[in-house]
Amino acid sequence: MRRREAKIGLLFISPWIVGVLLFALFPFIASFLLSFTKYNIVAPPEWVGADHYVKIFTDDPLFLKSLRNTGVYVGGSVAIRIVLGFALALLLNTKVRFLGLWRTIFYVPSVVPIVALSIVWLYVLNARAGLLNWFLGFFGIPRIRWFADPDFAMIAFLIMSTTWVGVTMVIFLAGLQGIPEEYYDAAKIDGANMLQRLWRVTIPLMTPTIYLNVLINIIGAFQVFTQVFIMTGGAPRDATRTYVLHLFDYAFQYLPPQMGYSSALAWILFMIIFAFTAVIVATSQRWVFYQGGE
Amino acid sequence: MGTAAMAQSGVLQNDFVSNLLRVLGRILLYFVLIFMSLWFLAPLFWMFMSSFMPLEQVGIFPVEWIPRVWQPQNYTDALQFWEFGTTFRNTMLITVLSLIGDIGSCTIVAYGFARFRFPFRDTLFLILLATLMLPFAVRLIPVYAAYEAIGWIDTFYPLIVPAFFGNAFYIFICRQFFLGIPQDLLDAAKIDGASEIRIFTQVMIPLAKPAIVVIAILSFQNSWNDFLGPLIYLKDPELHTLAIGLYKFTSLPGQGGIYNQQMAASVLMVMPVLIVFFLFQKQFIQGANLSGMKG
Repeated sequence: MRRREAKIGLLFISPWIVGVLLFALFPFIASFLLSFTKYNIVAPPEWVGADHYVKIFTDDPLFLKSLRNTGVYVGGSVAIRIVLGFALALLLNTKVRFLGLWRTIFYVPSVVPIVALSIVWLYVLNARAGLLNWFLGFFGIPRIRWFADPDFAMIAFLIMSTTWVGVTMVIFLAGLQGIPEEYYDAAKIDGANMLQRLWRVTIPLMTPTIYLNVLINIIGAFQVFTQVFIMTGGAPRDATRTYVLHLFDYAFQYLPPQMGYSSALAWILFMIIFAFTAVIVATSQRWVFYQGGE
Repeated sequence: MGTAAMAQSGVLQNDFVSNLLRVLGRILLYFVLIFMSLWFLAPLFWMFMSSFMPLEQVGIFPVEWIPRVWQPQNYTDALQFWEFGTTFRNTMLITVLSLIGDIGSCTIVAYGFARFRFPFRDTLFLILLATLMLPFAVRLIPVYAAYEAIGWIDTFYPLIVPAFFGNAFYIFICRQFFLGIPQDLLDAAKIDGASEIRIFTQVMIPLAKPAIVVIAILSFQNSWNDFLGPLIYLKDPELHTLAIGLYKFTSLPGQGGIYNQQMAASVLMVMPVLIVFFLFQKQFIQGANLSGMKG
């Protein structure tokens, strides 16, 4: 009976087993091997040892530049999504009227296809006639040449990243709504004011949700690509060249394609993301609290 | 006596102050919510309005919001340049077939994880969750090279076939749902002599409808919005999707300046997603929530 059950179970999951071998394990290993070869798709890969890695660290100024740009995007956009997303969720959790309506409004931009979004934001960020400069004008801020100015180009992408705050907010809101009212009542009886309740009740109970949101957003932000590819292609003067854009160019834009070099870049990115994830997971026990000591 | 009265007026004053603070707080709250709403909606609203504007109005500063002349012909003009018919058909084909693949494979695999015991099941499920964290950049090149080797570049296969092998996130959603279905139902079906296949198709699938709707929506959104996949796999213009068509439309030489038509094309591409969103809001929000529950 047991063996029959195991057989049927494995039969049910077999599509995924094939899938994970073909679309995860194979490419994972193959890209590692390819990173030690010269490979242009047409000719078979040619072993070059650690040459690519040496070149990346000693002879590719755009590697560091793209890494720094990506770092700015990761730091900025994750902070925006967590802080703004959490703040908006707190506001909507105050027995606000028309909750569904606000939530919908905040969520709508996230479902818009990224190509369309990029085209619209190119115009929002237009230096001469864009919406953002028009809006900032009310505060006496002179027009900023967003994508023409290397100092502001990455900031422009950070401002654009507010578009997806709704997703994070919705997740936080669901978490907040799961906190039992009694905890707040007990804190009130103990004389805790609003800030104390936020700091001592809400935030500790929300740490599992914060933890997951940080993790998901960091992994996503490191791979920022599409909007940059469409809107600037890395300009001005590589100020918005992000890491994935850099490796994409080597694989699919430059001629002949340098798939091996690109694979080495991809593996370094994987290691960086892995290191970040590992540190967050390892430290999580110190700052993530689970109810009921799970 | 005097102190009692003073104490009472003090209480009243406190009430008054705290009420005033509460009202001010509420006003501030709604002010912030309205401001943020404008922030989120303004770009989309402007996209819609400018798609009807004459070209010379689009570049005006300070920004104008209402078309001076309503020009629906922006849409017909955009359709002419933009290969809408072809790209729409291609996108629909990819979207529908991926949707079928995703729903079929993910419900089957999720059922296997949720209802059967087999060796290494929990390890395999952890691996499934771990693949969610694997950067796409690492997989990009070998997968591309493999498709190239089997002659799948410039076909729709790379965008459809993987759906039939299960998507980790959708499997996760579906498994959570299956776990919530009471075992008694299955036992009853088993006692009635139903086979595993029958239990799956006639008991579980109908019960799992809410989860399937969430998967269907996420899958639709994913295919419809996908940019990177079609960009690298589809070079023949006859095979382009809406996303690629729209991108090409805005980057054609000499087409860079026709913002009103670009916005019209963008509106056309956004509309179906927005309609689905407004019809299935609950499921969208649920999908987002589930992504916050992983692990």
